[in-house]
Amino acid sequence: MFMRLEARSEPSPIMTYLSPVIAVSVTVIIVGFIFVGMGIDPFVGLKTYFITPLAKLSSIYELLAKASPLVLIAVGLIFCFRANIWNIGAEGQYTLGAIFGGWVAVSFHESESMLLLPAVLLAGVVGGMLWAAIPALLKIYFKANEILTSLMLTPVAVLLLDYLVRGPLRDPDGYNMPESRFFPDAAILPTLFNSYSFHIGIFVSLLVAILATVLLYKAMLGYKVDVSGSAPRAARFGGFSSIRMTIIVFLISGACAGLAGTMEVSARTGQLIPTIPLGYGFTAIIVAFLGRRNPIGAVFAGLLLALSYMGGEEVQVKLQVPSDLTGVLQGLLLFLLLGCDTLINHRFVFSRKEIAHES
Amino acid sequence: MTALLEVKSISKAFGDFYANSDISMKIMPGEIHALLGENGAGKSTLVKMMYGVLRPTAGEFHWNGQPIVMTGPAFARELGIGMVFQHFSLFEALTVGENVALSLPKDLAMSDVNQKVREVSENYGLPLDPDRAVHSLSVGERQRIEIVRCLLQDPKLLIMDEPTSVLTPQEADRLFETLEQLSSEGCSILYISHKLDEVRRLCNTATILRHGELVASCDPSKETPRSLAEMMVGTKISSVSKADEVTGDEKVRFSTSNLTVPAEDPLGTDLKAINMSVRSGEILGIAGVAGNGQDELFNALSGEVLANGSDAVVIDGVAVGKQGINQRRKLSAAFIPEERNGHAAVGDLSLSRNALLSTHATSPNQRRGLIDDGALRGYVDEVVKHFDVRASKDNANAASLSGGNLQKFAVGREMLREPGVLIVSQPTWGVDAGAAAVIRQALLDLASRGAAIVMISQDLEEIFEVSDSIAVISEGTLSEARPAKDITVEEVGLLMGGITGEGGDHVHAA
Repeated sequence: MFMRLEARSEPSPIMTYLSPVIAVSVTVIIVGFIFVGMGIDPFVGLKTYFITPLAKLSSIYELLAKASPLVLIAVGLIFCFRANIWNIGAEGQYTLGAIFGGWVAVSFHESESMLLLPAVLLAGVVGGMLWAAIPALLKIYFKANEILTSLMLTPVAVLLLDYLVRGPLRDPDGYNMPESRFFPDAAILPTLFNSYSFHIGIFVSLLVAILATVLLYKAMLGYKVDVSGSAPRAARFGGFSSIRMTIIVFLISGACAGLAGTMEVSARTGQLIPTIPLGYGFTAIIVAFLGRRNPIGAVFAGLLLALSYMGGEEVQVKLQVPSDLTGVLQGLLLFLLLGCDTLINHRFVFSRKEIAHES
Repeated sequence: MTALLEVKSISKAFGDFYANSDISMKIMPGEIHALLGENGAGKSTLVKMMYGVLRPTAGEFHWNGQPIVMTGPAFARELGIGMVFQHFSLFEALTVGENVALSLPKDLAMSDVNQKVREVSENYGLPLDPDRAVHSLSVGERQRIEIVRCLLQDPKLLIMDEPTSVLTPQEADRLFETLEQLSSEGCSILYISHKLDEVRRLCNTATILRHGELVASCDPSKETPRSLAEMMVGTKISSVSKADEVTGDEKVRFSTSNLTVPAEDPLGTDLKAINMSVRSGEILGIAGVAGNGQDELFNALSGEVLANGSDAVVIDGVAVGKQGINQRRKLSAAFIPEERNGHAAVGDLSLSRNALLSTHATSPNQRRGLIDDGALRGYVDEVVKHFDVRASKDNANAASLSGGNLQKFAVGREMLREPGVLIVSQPTWGVDAGAAAVIRQALLDLASRGAAIVMISQDLEEIFEVSDSIAVISEGTLSEARPAKDITVEEVGLLMGGITGEGGDHVHAA
């Protein structure tokens, strides 16, 4: 018996949007079975993972704060992915954003100026863009594969941060701990509703997602990105330079990741520490695809992935399940999503004999 | 007499689409059997099943009266079926002999292979030097390698897929002699083509396909080209009407001088000192065998690739050699590339977004970087109306249109802008006869309204049908343009072979 994949002549447009829903549902079911395998009542497990983190208002704020960088980075990555540019190094660009922003904040640690916060955010954007420009230029001048270069630059960024907080940026009054000074108040993103978590960066991320939607669907920029991504020769026929597009999408994505990084240190840690890079830059890749490479879709996908982090912590505390379950869940989700997409664009054909007699 | 190969009710479905349905035919020993049909009629699908590349959905094959299951090309070769594909599978960096050796048993010495190649090429009038590297050979010579490769396996049935589409008329004549010799020795030939003259001249029997179905079997020598064409197309064919002749005192709207562009692709063709000038109302036809620099020429004329100097390309008196495609469009030039899907249009974008691709620089479809989708829809409606573009639904994705309809869209999109200069490559390639007539008439009408048109085409019939003057591109060099009424098909054929005034042999030795 033969089994093979055959391209469907017309993939269903509805299924394209249902694919993430199916992938999420199946992921939840499989995670349920994992709980069973660990001797935990699956309903209790799933409730603890997915519902409990949403029960309190403060956890909702925390969820939004965790989703914010995921969404922001993913929105930037969407520009790259739509242009068929594979920026896998958002984690490094995020880290450089944190370093640049943090450096400005620490350098003016006695400042009370209103301008310090904008300067910190701007520095973060610049840092992310500079780090993203490296793979872009390597691709343009040396045709170097951006998947490798952007990915390999990530540990460089992480080690750079590590060096800085142990060396030049170490807090002089910090008992030799690998940490920078605390940022001055003027460099901290304000929070709302008396909450530690709910900072105004959340609105910034949402705003960027809306702006990106307009740019992608109604502006020439998004049109150029889409054409470059799906038909490079047609892009040249339209007069769109592939070099310019490569630079632009890398810079947009670097700017978003850098902004996410600098907002994270400004609003959440308040100082530079070696554990700032938590993998958001990688998780954002899942967010971008789960959100169907659409910025509004990425907002919902970002919330879901943020929930997966919180659920992981919740089951670790309440049910003594290793928090590695979060990684398992995220991997399952990406795997199932890719599987769904494959089956939407293709179908299995079974044939019993070499020549099937059909009517 | 038993048929060598009998096809019994063969069908082949791709998804819901039937490329072949219920086809039956017989190939007798020693006959030259034509398989006729337009592009997309299902010819290639049928022969790929005969050669074991594709499996039929239903039906069966009989070889010498015995039912067989074609399990793959290796099995087909074992039976004695050889096939020369339209696209060759040769390694450019290897020699002729080495390429042939790849399809022979491993233990054969290179000198033996070369000896065999020489023998076969002499016996069948296929001049080939086994020590030459393939990249230095013309397309005609490359085809000979493929034929020799098949002949070495002593085939009983040789399948040739559109063999003359890449040949000059003189090279085609040589091929016909070889095929006739093979047939007289008892080898059957299945000859796939859509060229009626050569089928009438060469073949004993013709099977005609249309939309995947067998519509007729006949003796082509007893039919007229017109009756064959009507069986192939299924309708009466309208002919285009040519406008009055261009007078020499109209102003030059488009010209190039010493346009020299190195190829981007290492295996591409360099353009060498191309000169042309096209007057208002004139259509310049550029003939040539595929792969002689047509792509490179289109890219250089359109501005997708910049020229060697500003003066190398001039539109309405403005030197634009160093300016990109959109600057040239702003000077009322328009461009229609050969490749519809992926070059002229983006398959997974809607027609209205595809309309934006070539109009964004010159039309109010976008303002300050924002796209006016309403205006684009209106533009598409106009194109659809004037050029009878048929799509499955309103504003469908480009990829869902048939080749002919997408080509009509690509032509109409540019025509609607009423360009003063039009550069078009292969305007009717792979388009059904009805659509081709519409497109050619549109080109003639545009010229009669004062536009200058450069048409790059490999279809000599088309070149002679619409051109006022004709030039030939060969290995990146353009011959001097001559008035269409003063040049014959044979002369154009010789120019296509690369040399003026000599025979078609060995012309690519340089």
